[in-house]
Amino acid sequence: MSAAKGGPMLKARGVTRKFGGLVAVNSVDFEIPRGSISAIIGPNGAGKTTFFNVIAGIYAPTSGTIELDGEPLISPPTGSGREPILLVLPTIPFIGLAIYFMLAVGGNTGLVEGVASVAIALLGFVGALLLNIVRPAWYNRLIKRIGVTRPARPNDMVVAGLARTFQNIRLYKSLTTLENILIGMHVHMHGTFFGALFKTRQVREEEAAAEQRARELLAFVDLARMENELAKNLPYGKQRLLEIARAIASRPKLLLLDEPAAGMNPKETEEMTALIRRIRDELGITVLLIEHDMRVVMGISDHITVLDHGEKIAEGLPKEIRTNPKVIEAYLGRGAAAGH
Amino acid sequence: MSRIGTATSTRFAPVRAYFRRHRSLGIVVGVLFIGVALPLITHIPPFDGIQSTNAWVNAFTTAAIYAMLAMGLNIVIGFAGLLDLGYAAFFALGGYTYAFVAAPYTGVHLPFWPMLLAGGVVGAIFGILLGAPTLRLRGDYLAIVTLGFGEIVPITLMNSDKFTNGVNGISGIDKPNIPGIVQFTLINPWPMYALVVALLTIIMIMIFRLQDSRLGRTWDAIREDELAAESSGVNIVIAKLQAFAVGASIAGIVGVVNAAKLTIVTPDQFRFSVSISVLAAVVLGGMGNTIGVATGAFIIYLFQNILLKQINTLVENFNIPVLSHIDFLQFQYVLYGIVLVLMMLKRPQGVFPASRRKREFEPLKIEKRGAK
Repeated sequence: MSAAKGGPMLKARGVTRKFGGLVAVNSVDFEIPRGSISAIIGPNGAGKTTFFNVIAGIYAPTSGTIELDGEPLISPPTGSGREPILLVLPTIPFIGLAIYFMLAVGGNTGLVEGVASVAIALLGFVGALLLNIVRPAWYNRLIKRIGVTRPARPNDMVVAGLARTFQNIRLYKSLTTLENILIGMHVHMHGTFFGALFKTRQVREEEAAAEQRARELLAFVDLARMENELAKNLPYGKQRLLEIARAIASRPKLLLLDEPAAGMNPKETEEMTALIRRIRDELGITVLLIEHDMRVVMGISDHITVLDHGEKIAEGLPKEIRTNPKVIEAYLGRGAAAGH
Repeated sequence: MSRIGTATSTRFAPVRAYFRRHRSLGIVVGVLFIGVALPLITHIPPFDGIQSTNAWVNAFTTAAIYAMLAMGLNIVIGFAGLLDLGYAAFFALGGYTYAFVAAPYTGVHLPFWPMLLAGGVVGAIFGILLGAPTLRLRGDYLAIVTLGFGEIVPITLMNSDKFTNGVNGISGIDKPNIPGIVQFTLINPWPMYALVVALLTIIMIMIFRLQDSRLGRTWDAIREDELAAESSGVNIVIAKLQAFAVGASIAGIVGVVNAAKLTIVTPDQFRFSVSISVLAAVVLGGMGNTIGVATGAFIIYLFQNILLKQINTLVENFNIPVLSHIDFLQFQYVLYGIVLVLMMLKRPQGVFPASRRKREFEPLKIEKRGAK
């Protein structure tokens, strides 16, 4: 993940997200330098989490675009009118065939063939409809080519190279830590249904390699001796570590951390800070975090963006942010800013 | 996987370790052993008085068919966590698929063996068709939709009597054959028994392999937390459809076997009660544990068809006043009800819980050691 391309890792342009009349995020421009640790801060209700969820693909933006590593990643849905054409397209030859059999051949001879053609056309329609629901990667590429973009799903984001953790830890609670990591590696494994059924050599090798790498990742977050523990039996701090390890397992370019130090004691917070640094330095992953704990934010961030009422009010280095009157006003009110 | 149970018996440790490494072989040996032992047991006194060995073998065959159904349903419920109350529909579709191509009713007589696969394919297609519109649903809502589907299929089969011969069903279905080696007949239950045992072994091996694969892990993930699964890159739509398809294809295959065994399919064979009895077996056996649910189904079937029948003949023979007027076979639904309620209250992880579920319900004694 060395800097093959230049430019920022993530580039957001005019990102807006409305919920009914409420503008949660208003036209935010945002950049994350490659290889940096960046933070989004802001008072409660500032739109941090909404912005985060837009980047993670949980909400589609109302307007604006986001690029990851130079690739357009998220944009508001367009061209949805063209997609139904794809549904009709595979059925047309068969419907034509059916009409031909019923009219041109005529009589009973054409009837069976006609009905069969209609049945095949129906199957084609159902198949296309299913593709539409399932949306495998190649289908997404296909519709993009004819100018249709759909709101990306979180799993598409992971494929594109973006991984996240959650504010309220969401582990697979009754799976072991090792299994949690293995699921995190899902997008980089290629075992198919029949491969698993017949346990082909490729699948066996892939599984063995995956387990090996999962152990390494557990060791990376200092959970090496706990690979057989159920995730929910881990202490709170370790659960956070496991969730981060699971996110790293998908080999992201950009890691989104939603309040990684929430609810931690000072010692755990320190460990977490060190871990985030190691993720950037040793694995070369760019990190974006939302955090309330100012010691964490000021301690590790290279770059801070401040949101308030859905708008970006400041951005820059930690020491610039600390003295920025707008930021102080947003956090403490006008009087405090004046008195400072 | 589990470090807990290993200390209990050290004597069989090498054997266990061997079969843990060669699980498929272990399943073959285990099922074969039980498959041979069961008919032998029926020669032992309390059992030989109940019915002839042939009748026993016949009962075991049907019980094994239910066991396979339970294993299939367990994929949907136990692995992927999607409650499916209409599972009998896929069983019916498999049965009718074979009936259409191997009975005097349509005049077509295709061989049995390829139709096993065809039954699986038909099951999978309908599994996907049911799965696609229910993808957004969970829990109760999903249960209602699947319940509806389970009712629609037999009722459609019953009412479209132009194609399916209505309530009378399709009879005279061909028995499977291996020319020159084995003739399957209604009188001789052994070939069918062997076929079902073999099929059960194959299905069990395949389920175990799927469970441990990348696909099995996606099912674990969506059962535990859908949002987290998506954020791990799992396409939950595909994962759910795969669960429905695999579960339904097993029901389809078993439906073909069942039709060939009974030589008749009628809509009545596939009513809601079948779905419920298979569900009861899954709950009794322990959701998520393939061997457990198979055992659960085996026990439930034998219980309702042998024991209840025995109680019937017993009270009739002794001519006990009130009891002899009761048909105890009708009590099977009371039985399911009691089993489901008791299990949920007393032992929600099932009689034979999956190793994972077992740990879930265990007091957290491992936490201390793990912490530091």
